[in-house]
Amino acid sequence: MFQFAQRRKLFFLISACVIIPGLIAMIYSTVKNGSPVKLSIDFTGGTLMEVSFVRNVDEQEVRDTLEEFGLSDYVVQRLDPISTDAIEVTSEPAGSRWQLRFEETDRLDELKAFLQQPERLGEFWSPKSVEEDPTREDAITTSSVSATVGEEVTRAALLATLAVAVIILAFIVFAFRRVPHAFRYGACAIAAMFHDILVTMGVMSILGLLFSWEVDALFLTAILTVVGFSVQDSIVVFDRIRENIPKYRGETYDIIVNRSVLETIHRSIATQLNAVFIMIAILLFGGETIRQFIAILLIGLMSGTYSSIFNAVPLLVAWEKGEIPLVNRGAKHQQEELTTAG
Amino acid sequence: MRGYRLWLVVILVIAAISIWLSLPDNPGIHMLGIDRDVKIVQGLDLQGGSRVLLQAAPGTDFDDQTMAQAAKNVERRVNGLGVTEAVVQRQEGGRIIVELPGVRQQAVAFESIKSTGLLEFVDFSTVTAGTIPEGACVLTTEQVMRAEASLPEGVEPKPYDQYTCPSEDLENPVDEPALLQNGQPYRTIMTGAGLSDAAATIQGQLGTQWAVNFVVRDGGDRVDDFLDYVGNNANRPMAIVLDGRLISYPTIQADLAASAQAGTMDGGIITGDFTRDEAQILAAQLKYGALPVPLDIIAFDTIGPSLGQISVDRSIRAGIIGVITVLLFMLIYYRVPGIAAGLALLLFAAINFALFKLIPVTLSLPAITGFLISIGTAVDGNILIFERMKEELRAGRSVDRAIEAGFERAWTSIRDSNISTIIICLILYFFGNAFGASQVQGFAITLGMGLVINLFTAVIATRTILHTIVILAGNRLRESRELLGV
Repeated sequence: MFQFAQRRKLFFLISACVIIPGLIAMIYSTVKNGSPVKLSIDFTGGTLMEVSFVRNVDEQEVRDTLEEFGLSDYVVQRLDPISTDAIEVTSEPAGSRWQLRFEETDRLDELKAFLQQPERLGEFWSPKSVEEDPTREDAITTSSVSATVGEEVTRAALLATLAVAVIILAFIVFAFRRVPHAFRYGACAIAAMFHDILVTMGVMSILGLLFSWEVDALFLTAILTVVGFSVQDSIVVFDRIRENIPKYRGETYDIIVNRSVLETIHRSIATQLNAVFIMIAILLFGGETIRQFIAILLIGLMSGTYSSIFNAVPLLVAWEKGEIPLVNRGAKHQQEELTTAG
Repeated sequence: MRGYRLWLVVILVIAAISIWLSLPDNPGIHMLGIDRDVKIVQGLDLQGGSRVLLQAAPGTDFDDQTMAQAAKNVERRVNGLGVTEAVVQRQEGGRIIVELPGVRQQAVAFESIKSTGLLEFVDFSTVTAGTIPEGACVLTTEQVMRAEASLPEGVEPKPYDQYTCPSEDLENPVDEPALLQNGQPYRTIMTGAGLSDAAATIQGQLGTQWAVNFVVRDGGDRVDDFLDYVGNNANRPMAIVLDGRLISYPTIQADLAASAQAGTMDGGIITGDFTRDEAQILAAQLKYGALPVPLDIIAFDTIGPSLGQISVDRSIRAGIIGVITVLLFMLIYYRVPGIAAGLALLLFAAINFALFKLIPVTLSLPAITGFLISIGTAVDGNILIFERMKEELRAGRSVDRAIEAGFERAWTSIRDSNISTIIICLILYFFGNAFGASQVQGFAITLGMGLVINLFTAVIATRTILHTIVILAGNRLRESRELLGV
């Protein structure tokens, strides 16, 4: 029989092996860039360029060209070809008109020339004819823009996470009120939740340092999803413990806990598999622009399943055995009380 | 399972309504005084929408701080119209870019961005009901005061009869002169600044009349004047004027006047010939206040999806492949119960989709992620039940008893895990709303809705369907347990 509760030190060590490098990466990144993860233009703002081309280029061409130029963080959106700007139109309308948002760059003029190369996107279109405007500067406007995700949105997500921790703790204590030490179940579920947030952020920070992966607005969604999934996973295992405690009165706590994990492991694997099916499908066949989002979500969800089985549950046993520093004495004391009462 | 026939009927009815609403060419609901289009609204990231460029009006002072405040107010207003997930971005030179998903609400949201939202309660005690049409341009003391305060020094104020309202007719834009009362502006009793909260609400016997509820701010600007007027003018009208145009002039009811005199009145209701959108816009304007800088619309465009059309198409196809894989997995791994789960899942998807269209919820990538996670939870609910069922079968129970036990024993874990996530969604929705983070809100709404529906479909629907299968093919199931995946 596989011993989940008994081999807890090994499982804590595995978690530490992921979280500690992540923490180091976050600290290093904060010192270097002022933020624990690499932020995209959604958070930092950047340059907005509005440009028209004579040729009807397609979206992929525009993306490829920006990538080729060396930009890594950009949003490409097509605009309708006829502008309502009060500019008098004296030549044929543009083949295509685009709104490009990208990170600040000091090579703006170089980029304009690069885009216009005949083998790339070709000439800019201008509402004025070549004779009137030899530089055709009208065809292109650039300006700096603010972030689309304001600071207060990030703050809202942070505050929401803290509120979730407190309220879910209260909910679990209520739902498990018939089980001895209901508070521990809540605390362990919340610990597992923070474990998953740390893993996800840490991995993102490492990927940001190594491969320039940037955190965009979707990352907030990924983190919130991980929070929800993590708690749900822990509760399913705890529910089985809650059911098994009165059923197997003669068994010690760690054996009951182990039994409960084994009884729910089929469910955990089947559910995890289903989530993985959907995500792998999107990773393999889905569009490029959401690939990083799905990859991060996948890491977060796997961490969620791991932490509920290998952290939350062993943590309960460690607490019962008085192995957690600072809360040791209270736990042992309570245990003695229980034995004398029983 | 008792009463399963009744549940079967309920499920079939819900399924029929949901599927009808989910049909792509649903004509909308136009009966019993309800007039609603039923359409899916996709987010900016998936479908694109319209882009409106605003600029601080010429000659106005602005700095980074006032522009940031203006952008925030604009964002709250447009997102106050529902979960629209608009993107608002500041551009240098006093410009604000607003991107609005979909095209349906374009004209409506346009209005909401543009108007400065000066709401006034105006002394109409001498006006006879019906003599001034709603929508008329009305000059008030507040408008005159504001116009004269913004004049540069040494410039003479213009005479009252030269005030106008901008034309509402886009084809033939001629400004409309403002109405006066014996050559003088009407008296403003209180402005919208005296209100602390406002919300769109439904009234009327059929529940089809949209109105705006408001609460006055305790000790707010000119609130005492307002209460005095209401208290002393029972059965006489009071006008409500928004941006110089008369919205309505309801008659003050005697009991409202009495409560104002008694000092117990804390708010009221603005009725008018509002549509749902208009009521929501007015409420958003009252709640989030006027703009610190007047803004002009300088350009209007349609804009493509920010995630890229190709990427969106591929991802949707990939998502469908993923869901089909899940259905296949359930079928292969759990056999007959897998069929019940599959049917329940289709019902789940249809109900969700119907609600997305009805409410409507803007489907952006975060919102769709919320929905996908709720599908995951729906499948998880079934897995919990079926695993339990298998355990009971292995323990030697009969097929019928194992099925019942599977549902009963799995219920506590489904209930508690779903409730915990529903709580999380409520918190996220609340924070998203308070901070104007509409992306977070979109995610919370679809996930939370999915979980509530899941408590119904994963348990009651799957159970009813499975029960029906057992009644139809019970003997075969009892003979070969492989059909139950054991």
